[in-house]
Amino acid sequence: MIRDITIGQYYPANSVIHRMDPRVKITCTLLFLISLFLQNSVLGYGIATVFLVTVIKISKVPVKFIVKGLKAIVIILLITVGFNLFLTSDGTILVKFWVFKITDKGLRIAVFMALRLIYLIIGSSIMTLTTTPNSLTDGIEKLLAPLNKLHVPVHEIAMMMSIALRFIPILIEETDKIMKAQIARGADLESGNMIQKAKAMIPVLVPLFISAFRRANDLAMAMEARCYRGGEGRTKMKPLTYATRDFVGYGITFVYLGIIIAVGRYVPFHIWIF
Amino acid sequence: MSIKLEHINYIYNPDTVYEKQALKDINLTIEQGEFVGVIGHTGSGKSTLIQHLNGLMKATSGTLFYDGKDIYAPEYNLKELRTQVGLVFQYPEHQLFEIDVLTDVCFGPKNQGFSKDECIRRAKEALELVGFPEKYYKQSPFELSGGQKRRVAIAGVLAMRPKVLVLDEPTAGLDPKGRDEILDQIAFLHKQTDLTVILVSHSMEDVAKYVNRLIVMNEGEKLFDATPREVFSHYKELERIGLAAPQVTYIMHALKEKGMDLPVDVTTIEEAADAIMRSFHD
Amino acid sequence: MDMIQAEKLIYEYAKHDEEGNIIGMNRAIDEVDLQVSQGEFVAILGHNGSGKSTLAKQINAILVPTGGTMWVNGKDTKDSKELWNVRQSAGMVFQNPDNQIIGTVVEEDVGFGPENLGVPTEEIWKRVEDSLKAVGMIEYRTNSPNKLSGGQKQRVAIAGVVAMAPQCIVLDEPTAMLDPNGRKDVIHTIQELRKRKQVTVILITHYMEEVVDADQVYVMDSGRIVMSGTPREVFSQVEELKKYRMDVPQVTMLAEELRKRGLKIPRGILRTEELVEALCRLN
Repeated sequence: MIRDITIGQYYPANSVIHRMDPRVKITCTLLFLISLFLQNSVLGYGIATVFLVTVIKISKVPVKFIVKGLKAIVIILLITVGFNLFLTSDGTILVKFWVFKITDKGLRIAVFMALRLIYLIIGSSIMTLTTTPNSLTDGIEKLLAPLNKLHVPVHEIAMMMSIALRFIPILIEETDKIMKAQIARGADLESGNMIQKAKAMIPVLVPLFISAFRRANDLAMAMEARCYRGGEGRTKMKPLTYATRDFVGYGITFVYLGIIIAVGRYVPFHIWIF
Repeated sequence: MSIKLEHINYIYNPDTVYEKQALKDINLTIEQGEFVGVIGHTGSGKSTLIQHLNGLMKATSGTLFYDGKDIYAPEYNLKELRTQVGLVFQYPEHQLFEIDVLTDVCFGPKNQGFSKDECIRRAKEALELVGFPEKYYKQSPFELSGGQKRRVAIAGVLAMRPKVLVLDEPTAGLDPKGRDEILDQIAFLHKQTDLTVILVSHSMEDVAKYVNRLIVMNEGEKLFDATPREVFSHYKELERIGLAAPQVTYIMHALKEKGMDLPVDVTTIEEAADAIMRSFHD
Repeated sequence: MDMIQAEKLIYEYAKHDEEGNIIGMNRAIDEVDLQVSQGEFVAILGHNGSGKSTLAKQINAILVPTGGTMWVNGKDTKDSKELWNVRQSAGMVFQNPDNQIIGTVVEEDVGFGPENLGVPTEEIWKRVEDSLKAVGMIEYRTNSPNKLSGGQKQRVAIAGVVAMAPQCIVLDEPTAMLDPNGRKDVIHTIQELRKRKQVTVILITHYMEEVVDADQVYVMDSGRIVMSGTPREVFSQVEELKKYRMDVPQVTMLAEELRKRGLKIPRGILRTEELVEALCRLN
């Protein structure tokens, strides 16, 4: 179960999206995420869907893989949908049972909220699935470079992120292993109330932290041994340069954003097919 | 107390692109008191197999009987099974977490619900069984040497007084002397008590020296299940799946090819020396 | 001057009690003298805790001596101005394959060292390709290291060092965490590398089978070098090796056993063929 998380994973394939400059992907992902909050209509979501589906198709990442990433947010999704569905009291009542009632407005908000959440996750996972963490951090580093003047250690932050991304899968696997080892010693990690459960996690967390520190120590040594001394004087194996496809990417995203804004402003609220 | 596997299949990530059948129709009976070796290269399914023995992994299909009872039956107590079939993972010292050695070894019996005194009694007994010196009982487990840490971790499982002890590569990362010490200790345990020992190993020399029955896994299937002598006589087939026989077996084959009259089903140095000496005296 | 030269090398670190007060000094390396010339293949053996890894870290200046001197390629490792030159001349491969790979794609990891050295982009690509070919991992260049086997990860780590164009590679127990196939793989890679690049190799290990081809073998115990010589010289002293918690390949062991039982077999048999030959001569 713990292995289902695809956020932060890279899916190797040969597509235009994969080859795009990470700066384009980061910026466009941000714009897409913003676009989700700029409109609230069926037409708007329709356009967002078309945009997203097209991008997925071009990226050559299997839909199955992307959908798997959603498993991690199922609970949050259910809670959000539940809250909106049952706690919205205005609007026409559609179904009523016991103390609960579902109104058309509640249903509408619930569906839109769910879509928004799902699209947020899919949008960002497309970015991480098509961009190697290294080039992702390169992109962030380059985009945030102006902050260097304000003495923000941009290179160090980027390096920390890239290391974190590399070690997440390793630590997840490790957690799995330690949990199994403690269960084999009769540990009960599942039953009991919150406090008991938290206490039961100590035999997992202590070894996990020790291991994480040991790994950090090893890695720091390995980096020093390979002459790492911060960002100064470093060259890049894959320096970032814009190509035509990158400008096309920006262009398409801006057009999309324009349409969404237009739809949000001018399409009346009541276009709502039910 | 026997362990019986009937038609056990296990599939990882079913219905995805990563689907992989890790165990294919495994049938196996292990009787109380046996010393069984399991070999196979990485990814052959041997780790998956041993995690089935204490119910940590549940077979996709098939049945597993412990002491005649179906462990997949809904009313079966898996927690109880895990104390009966003690599983020592690879690099088991990575699971140590308590402030001192004795408290760490008490973790198992504590989970079984024993009183504090009883836990300590069992922990001390287990530490003695693995030959851990008493003067270090109150030391932090993290300050011990690699070999000692491993003893503590094995004691942590033995303290539950299991009937079966499963060890996944208990000598990984140890130096030659440390390796011999741990294996000798396990062999000693097996002789002293009625413990069933299942030893997963990469070293043909080690299994040849210690076990009386050897199971060879390959691509999720049980390829051989016989005495080490019998298994290593198929050394050509072992090579084909990326394994090998102990070096002495090769020496005997090479000598025989040169015309010396020698048995080739020899797996340990003592046997080889005996056989060679005999051929010289004849 | 030799590629690596240590003179009366001492390394001590403070022992602390529970409150953090210094209660004494531990001597991890005790007056070690060592000479390794360019192109040599040297093995350092020793049980866990014998000081062999601490010695390895001296060569790469991760640790610097507290007494005596270590010269790498003519440079004193205590001289902080030479630190990066020392590290570039003597690359290091560590034990745990997971904890030394920085990149999330094989080729990016191999490029990490050259990037740190400030090598121009085009040259980095050339070096990455060349080093991945040298370790036989070129077809995995765009893979994630997490999906590789232990042996493959170690080969990537070796490529990462090779890409820095060092004169010397120090491998600190590179096979300790691998299965037999991975171990064979890595040792084979090291041998190939020596053929292709004429690089000095210092292999630290406790597997005796891996050092049969070494030019020179050193055995360490409690921070000292207690045995040295060619593999044949060292392996002919089976009892002595056992004293230092080491063992010998099975064939050497069998030869020794037969010798004890009265057969006239020379000491220091390293390979199966040698034993077979010796026995056939007796027959």
